[in-house]
Amino acid sequence: MAALLDVRGVSKRFRGLMALQRVSFEVPRGEIVALIGPNGAGKTTCFNIAAGVFPADSGTITLAGTRIDGLRPDQVCRAGVGRTFQNVRPFMALTLEENVIVGALNVLPRVADARAKAGEVLDALGLWAKRAEPASSLTLPERKRLEVARALATGPRLLLLDEVMAGLRPTETDQMVAVFRELNERTGLTILLIEHVMRAVMALSRQVVVLNHGEVICRGAPEAVVRDPAVLECYLGEEAL
Amino acid sequence: MSPAPAPAARRRATIGLALLLALLIAAPYGVNDYVLSVLILVLYQAYVGQAWNVMMGFAGQLSLGHSLYVGLGAYASAALFVKFGIGPALGLWAAVAVSVAAGMAIGFLAFRFHIGGTYFALLTIACAEFTRIGFDHLNWVGGSGGYFLPVAQRTQSDLLNLRGTPAMFYYVLLAMTAGAFLLCERLLRSRVGYYWLALREDPDAAQALGIHAFRYRMLAMALSSGLTALGGVFFAFYYNNLFPEQIFNMGRSIELSLGPIVGGLGSLFGPILGAFVLTVLAELLRAGMDALKLEIPGATQFFYGFCLLFVVMFLPQGIWPRLKERLGLGAGPPEER
Repeated sequence: MAALLDVRGVSKRFRGLMALQRVSFEVPRGEIVALIGPNGAGKTTCFNIAAGVFPADSGTITLAGTRIDGLRPDQVCRAGVGRTFQNVRPFMALTLEENVIVGALNVLPRVADARAKAGEVLDALGLWAKRAEPASSLTLPERKRLEVARALATGPRLLLLDEVMAGLRPTETDQMVAVFRELNERTGLTILLIEHVMRAVMALSRQVVVLNHGEVICRGAPEAVVRDPAVLECYLGEEAL
Repeated sequence: MSPAPAPAARRRATIGLALLLALLIAAPYGVNDYVLSVLILVLYQAYVGQAWNVMMGFAGQLSLGHSLYVGLGAYASAALFVKFGIGPALGLWAAVAVSVAAGMAIGFLAFRFHIGGTYFALLTIACAEFTRIGFDHLNWVGGSGGYFLPVAQRTQSDLLNLRGTPAMFYYVLLAMTAGAFLLCERLLRSRVGYYWLALREDPDAAQALGIHAFRYRMLAMALSSGLTALGGVFFAFYYNNLFPEQIFNMGRSIELSLGPIVGGLGSLFGPILGAFVLTVLAELLRAGMDALKLEIPGATQFFYGFCLLFVVMFLPQGIWPRLKERLGLGAGPPEER
């Protein structure tokens, strides 16, 4: 089956820094793929290009055969890509429900329908009880879940998760992993995640792409990737074995 | 913050609003001309405040040049009336068109080239200022010497031409204020309202959720400038004289933003409450100084400054959100805040 997301030869330069150098990888439909690598490897840059925050210098990104590189963020979202931000950005003054309604309005123009959908998503992420509270009252782990809920409500075919496990306790990580696995199995949602928490990467992904200095240095099944000498050297360290 | 809005709270709010409206409808029968003129001032501030609130309170764009739309609306309708005998019932469409065009032009410059925050505020001030200077030299409508509408008899009311008694002006303004309130209420409950609030809170996150930032900001701009222009039409036909120095003055822009800020930015009732509190207190101050035979130039401005300081320090959300909690109306969804 063809890849849902196809990143091909993407390069990006920030002044003197080569952030991405001819990065290529695919995310097959219905799969969960993890993008890992040390800080500054270009993971978030890669996300931002896919999400339309800024254009690539060269290369193409296609979603189900349609090019999405160079589109605006809202166009990328409407094409079916939901994203979270590494530094969570809830609408602080709005309630949780309103936050998620904004996302749901992307596919359901009527507020009543969007509210119903928001309810479902909040429930799936264990935030239903707090739906009437302002987002500013949430703890960081809750904000991360809200971030996911809002992105999910936009009805994406592909979900881009930028370090949603960071700062979570192991039990919270496991809950999050369970949520994504369930979503993936039940709805066939395709997920590309940036993650440092290897516990989550190993549990979730069927494929791992490793970036270092803006280049893909390794791709493959998680079990194989963590044994790759190059990956061990630049990122995981010897003790990971 | 309290939990979800109970239907009871919503019912109480509706009853409260109905009572207030009834009181305002009855008011001209129970008050003297002076109080009526103050009430007209209150409603005028409430109306233009509501219009300004669409930009700042909902869409999060700080405009400090809204006097531009008041002035354009006023001059457009006045010129049509004086030069061509076209009454305000028709002229208001031209007034709205001119102001919306100006608003969209400013919006296009700002939102297309990503001018935000204080720079957006500066842009709006600049546009209002150079329009003021332009009108000072536009002799077709009187230049800096002012533009005057023929003052007609005020015993018979002619609604279509906005000529009549103070009570007629009062009711026209009451209808405008109520209309703007209802319109904003409807909008806040719709997709547009949610999108505006999202853009106000975090534009990047909003865009990542599929919101076309440029389109929705332009929409806020068009609505806000159009509504404000209607305030300008009223202004022209109520006061019958227009001076660029006054109507396009930056002080006017600031004045019309004070009501919503003091009352509660982004809330529906805030602009109305703020206008009431500020205008009535300022009038009391003036009356008190008259009684004491005091003459302090700039006392009103000083008083506004004091009010603003007080609100910023002790009620950063404005008076209404706090008062609302006290009244047991709850912190409901955004449409009720």
